[in-house]
Amino acid sequence: MNDIISGLRVTAATMAICVAGYTAVILGFAQVVTPATANGSLILGDDGTARGSRLIAQGFTAPGYVWPRPSAVAYDAAGAGGSNLSPANPLLAERARALIAAYGGNTTPIPADLVTASGAGLDPHISRAGALFQAPRVAAARDVAPAAVRAIIDRLAERPGGAFTPDRIVNVLELNIALDAELARSSDTE
Amino acid sequence: MDHVRVIGLVIGGTALLSLPLGAWMKLAMDPASGGATRWTTLFARIGGTCEEQGWKRYLVAMLIFNAIMFTVTFAILALQHWLPLNPDGKGSLDPTLVFNTAASFTTNTNLQHYSGEVSMSYLSQLAGLMWLQFVSAATGIAALAALARGIAGRATLGNFLVDVQRASFLVLLPVALVVAVLMVLMGVPMTLQGSAVITTLEGVTQTIARGPVAAFLTIKQLGTNGGGFFGPNATHPLENPSFWTNGLAMIAIMLIPMACVWMFGGILGRRKHAAVIFAVMTLFILVKITGSVSFETAPTPAFADLPVAADVGNLEGKELRFGATGGPLWAVLTTSTSNGSVGAMHDSLNPLTGLMPMAGMWLNATFGGVGVGMINMFLYIVVAVFVAGMMVGRTPEYLGHRIEAKEVRLAVLALFAHAVLILGGTALFAATSLGQSTVQETGAHGFSEILYEFTSAAANNGSGFEGLGDGTWAWNIATGVVMLLGRFLPIILTLAIVGSLMTKRRAAESVGTLGVEDATFGIMLGITIVIFGALTFLPAAALGPIAEHFARP
Repeated sequence: MNDIISGLRVTAATMAICVAGYTAVILGFAQVVTPATANGSLILGDDGTARGSRLIAQGFTAPGYVWPRPSAVAYDAAGAGGSNLSPANPLLAERARALIAAYGGNTTPIPADLVTASGAGLDPHISRAGALFQAPRVAAARDVAPAAVRAIIDRLAERPGGAFTPDRIVNVLELNIALDAELARSSDTE
Repeated sequence: MDHVRVIGLVIGGTALLSLPLGAWMKLAMDPASGGATRWTTLFARIGGTCEEQGWKRYLVAMLIFNAIMFTVTFAILALQHWLPLNPDGKGSLDPTLVFNTAASFTTNTNLQHYSGEVSMSYLSQLAGLMWLQFVSAATGIAALAALARGIAGRATLGNFLVDVQRASFLVLLPVALVVAVLMVLMGVPMTLQGSAVITTLEGVTQTIARGPVAAFLTIKQLGTNGGGFFGPNATHPLENPSFWTNGLAMIAIMLIPMACVWMFGGILGRRKHAAVIFAVMTLFILVKITGSVSFETAPTPAFADLPVAADVGNLEGKELRFGATGGPLWAVLTTSTSNGSVGAMHDSLNPLTGLMPMAGMWLNATFGGVGVGMINMFLYIVVAVFVAGMMVGRTPEYLGHRIEAKEVRLAVLALFAHAVLILGGTALFAATSLGQSTVQETGAHGFSEILYEFTSAAANNGSGFEGLGDGTWAWNIATGVVMLLGRFLPIILTLAIVGSLMTKRRAAESVGTLGVEDATFGIMLGITIVIFGALTFLPAAALGPIAEHFARP
């Protein structure tokens, strides 16, 4: 009996300090010091409404936009997940075939990230190669020179881990916002 | 080469950080009789208890506190739809899921048969699950401290409730505050606002779940808990936004399990012995990492006949921002330590890569979970010392303690129970519709899904081959029971061994005593781990990942 009472006292103490206290300290720190990322890294438009989160992929399908990696959950940011298919599963090949067709059925090899779903289905990035692969389509849809699209891609591509990661990646939402801002003719091609 | 740099930074950096932390943990958990008594007095007053406990009393206090942990969280989860801090209006949960989840977090497993952002209110996440992430990890550290005191020749094991507070308030909380602040600065969300609803550039409505993620994920990693705030765990961009948060998380996964070895050595006063154990554990983990990272550079086999670039390895289930090393390295770290968070989808790893996490959980002692990893290693040490003693024809001794039939029987029972829980459960579910109807793929991969789930439950890991439809009542109850047995059997049996050793007179160490501070001991220990831990599971591995590897076209 004494063990139970003592256990309950320690329960109360750990709840108060490790749950309430700890959460309050980190919450207060985050909301004061880094409110933008603490609330989900939302990107605000000129009118102040959120256009998305820079960490969450949007399911772009218009030809004038760069497309993200496929998502096993249809870009559901309230129920994320991966395909969990074994890497030899024929369903993966089927999905890849459909995507290759959607990308125009080129015979040049498609970058692997464009036909593989990420763990959460919300990967905000594609490889630089994957973005450049789409540049001709985007440029045609926007009626601009592919070089203009490539220049924006190259400007936004970055190494996620600096010297630790040689391959450059691009944030798709930020890229598409930049495309809209700088190659403004997109509005009449959509 | 890039792989080597990342691996070197994570493993080497964590090993260096573990030295001062281990020294601090020794001071905090086992203060010399003169020092730090102010904390001890405070903790004794909070708990209202300061009696010195023998192994049975210590164990009873632990089990009662763990029963309270289970009950409180069970109640919070079961009643979440009536409780506050539920801005997205999460509904009630299935009773077997509540049982499974409460068992899972009480046992430091964090196997999740739900998806956090879909099912759990903020109160459930914080006061139910995150609370257990602190106190279940603290239970493990306390148990290890008690074990070390017994071996060190103290008259008692200490006081459990004082120990659990020392571990919570002096070890876990300060480290968690530092790491959580760093996570916040690196862009992890921390908010009590409900989901953000936005309109995409193409005019589609997207609901973005968020929440108090930074606080949660930090203790999830530090306490080798592993339960994600979001369903897909550390692959979710809001739970792990960048290469750098990924690196910090990997360090957080390894840090306290590594430091536990130094704490063990510190309480024993045998730092060299701890260094040998540390070296053996590190060797095992490096072998697994090498296997995992190199097997995963093979491109996705399903694309063999398609025009897909094959220069970047298998990307299914992986995030680009972590680089090529992140996924397979994380897979080894999280399963070597009984953490169980995932940085890539394990179900989609190449077959032989997927074998590495399973091997990590079968051994479960390199470095193992917070506290309990070193406890599991102690079981291997008992067996290794016994076998070594038999080989040279001496009475086996460990630090002056005679290891006799009784101790070895208990140690083997604990190691054997681990195998029975995994293989027995797998056999039952693989042979019946209980498991067969829940696998995503037939054949060897389906078998791997079942094998992985029971391995993860018995090892108190919590990761999964998530293609498995594990949300059924049968899976909830079976894995719930396996997790409880897998958690408490080794702790109970180990404390019983210590209790038995404490009743015997210690022999003085002489030149004839088996040394525990040299390479010979390390090799002996390594061989014992391979024979007992790995070979037991070789037939199961052959039916699962190995068969799948060779069955590929």
